[in-house]
Amino acid sequence: MKLSFNAQDEAFRDEVADWLANHLCGEFEAIRGRGGPGDEHSFVEERKAWEQELASGGWTGLGWPTAFGGRGASIEQQVIFNEEYARAGGPGRMGHIGETLMGPTLIAFGTDLQREHYLPGIRAGKQFWCQGYSEPAAGSDLANVKTRARFDETSQQWYISGQKVWTSLAHESEYCFVIARTDPTSVGHKGLGVFLVAMAQPGVTVRPIEQLTGTSEFNEVFFDDAVCSADDIVGEPGDGWKVGMGLLGFERGVSTLGQQMLFQNELDEIIRIARANGAARNPALRQRIAEAHIGLRIMRFNSMRMLSGGGDDGSLQKEAMIYKLYWATWHRNLGKLAMDVLGAESEIISAAPYELNRLQSLYLFTRADTIYGGTNQIQRNIIAERALGMPREPRG
Amino acid sequence: MEFRFTEEQEMIRDTAQAFLAEVSTPAAVRGAMVTERGYDEALWKRISEDMMWPALHIPEEYGGMGLGYVELAAMQEQMGRYLLCSPFLATVGFAVNTLLVAGSESQKQRYLPEVVAGKTATLAFMGPGSECDADAVQATFTTEEQGYCLNGEYRYVTDGHSAELLLVAARAPGTSGEAGISLFVLPAETEGVRREWLPTMDQTRKQAALFFDNVRLDASALLGEEANAWPALAKVLDLATIAVAAEQVGVAQQALDSSVAYTSERVQFGRTIASYQAIKHKAADMMLRAEAARSALYYAACIADEALAGNPRGAELAEAASIAKAYCSDAAFFNAGCGIQLHGGVGITAEYDIQLYFKRAKSTETLLGNAAWHRDRLARQLLDGESV
Repeated sequence: MKLSFNAQDEAFRDEVADWLANHLCGEFEAIRGRGGPGDEHSFVEERKAWEQELASGGWTGLGWPTAFGGRGASIEQQVIFNEEYARAGGPGRMGHIGETLMGPTLIAFGTDLQREHYLPGIRAGKQFWCQGYSEPAAGSDLANVKTRARFDETSQQWYISGQKVWTSLAHESEYCFVIARTDPTSVGHKGLGVFLVAMAQPGVTVRPIEQLTGTSEFNEVFFDDAVCSADDIVGEPGDGWKVGMGLLGFERGVSTLGQQMLFQNELDEIIRIARANGAARNPALRQRIAEAHIGLRIMRFNSMRMLSGGGDDGSLQKEAMIYKLYWATWHRNLGKLAMDVLGAESEIISAAPYELNRLQSLYLFTRADTIYGGTNQIQRNIIAERALGMPREPRG
Repeated sequence: MEFRFTEEQEMIRDTAQAFLAEVSTPAAVRGAMVTERGYDEALWKRISEDMMWPALHIPEEYGGMGLGYVELAAMQEQMGRYLLCSPFLATVGFAVNTLLVAGSESQKQRYLPEVVAGKTATLAFMGPGSECDADAVQATFTTEEQGYCLNGEYRYVTDGHSAELLLVAARAPGTSGEAGISLFVLPAETEGVRREWLPTMDQTRKQAALFFDNVRLDASALLGEEANAWPALAKVLDLATIAVAAEQVGVAQQALDSSVAYTSERVQFGRTIASYQAIKHKAADMMLRAEAARSALYYAACIADEALAGNPRGAELAEAASIAKAYCSDAAFFNAGCGIQLHGGVGITAEYDIQLYFKRAKSTETLLGNAAWHRDRLARQLLDGESV
């Protein structure tokens, strides 16, 4: 059992840090630390330009195989990149969904034509993607999607109709990958397809959802006979569940240490405030600050276990299965801690009508952490059923 | 990244697990825990002679196996899981670490091979009513022409009534805090030492009080530097803390496993109660804690190896120990407490084992600083700029 990355990986770390130090400056100084959950609405054009800067340095498509224009970086190197990126204050990635979800999906399930058509735009940081999964009646029960895809033999096009919701960055994206029902008589996991749909067309309408923070990073997306070509279905009609869920398996923890670096910055800020305003002398808050520190350190140790693999059968390991429930709950608690450390000042916002400071945004937006990407309740079902072998929930 | 067990470490863990499943059965635990000694001497003989467990992290030059703290933690986790009644923690976690950290070359050569051969030992440092910081050391030593004279009372001494060799801390009269502390080694049968078993709520681990009345020791009984042993003792306590945390991981895991097994058999309203979300979600929360506790433990064990080897990362020892002990204490208690609840009525009977884990969870939480104590220690580092 070893604590450290190897020398080669540490050399890669130096290379990343050097590049970021030399490029995340000048015109990009303003976007340092901006974007990301709760701040996705900020500096969108500048962050798109930054994606191209990253691409020019060869830092996009990091984990993609070289044959597809990627860098072929190992899991460790991807982790290190994300960690250094966060350490340097790299802005929230506009290209995140394309690079980590769409690209790997096309590499795994797409046709050569699809790869040639879509991968270069993602790699270049010029084409952005959003994810059309959730619907008003398909949240935790994702297989209950109602959006339909109909193939028209005459025009040789797919026509897509329905509504998606909670679509991050839909208004800033060129494309959406949409899971829709290809067989209108089907229910559940069967009869679905995944489609590559251009956003700039008459059949697509994006409506922002104002959140409790007063900002909007999620949207509703309405498809009303939106079209895509016969070539724009990934896999075959009916393969949608396999392809769509395959996407979710690509994460593999590469962003965990980067995410934790951002958490560390937040905790450090809370500690700074506690020392300055006297909250650090409150015994109850001291306990909670220490608990937050312990929780974050263990999050890292847990990620180190995840990254070290373990299960010979390739199944998801237990430490990986708890990760979402663990970090989401920790982060939500951190938001509450931030307010309690701020005390009376926690209520006073930066400006009318509703401009929140960073910790207020943290407090409010972390309530989403335990909901999106599988609620805490769904996570507990998954853990109980898949890791502990307890009986599965009945499904209607 | 290789933050996982090597094949050899997995083998050590699996061997320990298989052995304990055979020898530390619920009947064996119950048989041992009602005795004053608290363990089966024949089993200890097997553990020390056949399995060579006390030799585990003793260097080869003293007859040990020369393995590390990761292996120790892996095994101690299994001992917690099977509630092994034995003087292993006292002998290895407390006494061997004291000898390794503070002993002179000749002391190591003299005492460590005895431990390898099966001699039991423990560390006494806490006075009555104390917490496990430097102020806990209340017994005193005075220097005499031939050596030292020790007086005072020790309490909460793990297996103190049965250990054959004693490592003890005492302070120079009139000193307080970290100043004036010395460490000594002596046979338990030394004149002036009176030992008294203290019956405990957790019967699977024994405690004792030691009364020192003008205990006269040779100069050779001193470990390390006279009146300046706190840094060594602090390091020993951190190492022992990690060993206790390892047991807690085992307790947390077994509380979960037995609860899943029980709820998967218990039928109410026509279905196993494991099929209810109220039960499943509690079990999921327990698994989260068991796995996070394990991550904390493995990290602390790696840091313990660095500290024992004198490497720079060993400087993290106190922090890693506090992180592990704070989290593992809460995890073991949470899981054992939930375990009783998930067992329902039978959870509060003597017949079912979950109550034994509930008691071990609490006794290990109290031992060497509970979660709040370790969080407070970390808070001083985070908020007051102290090094812990």
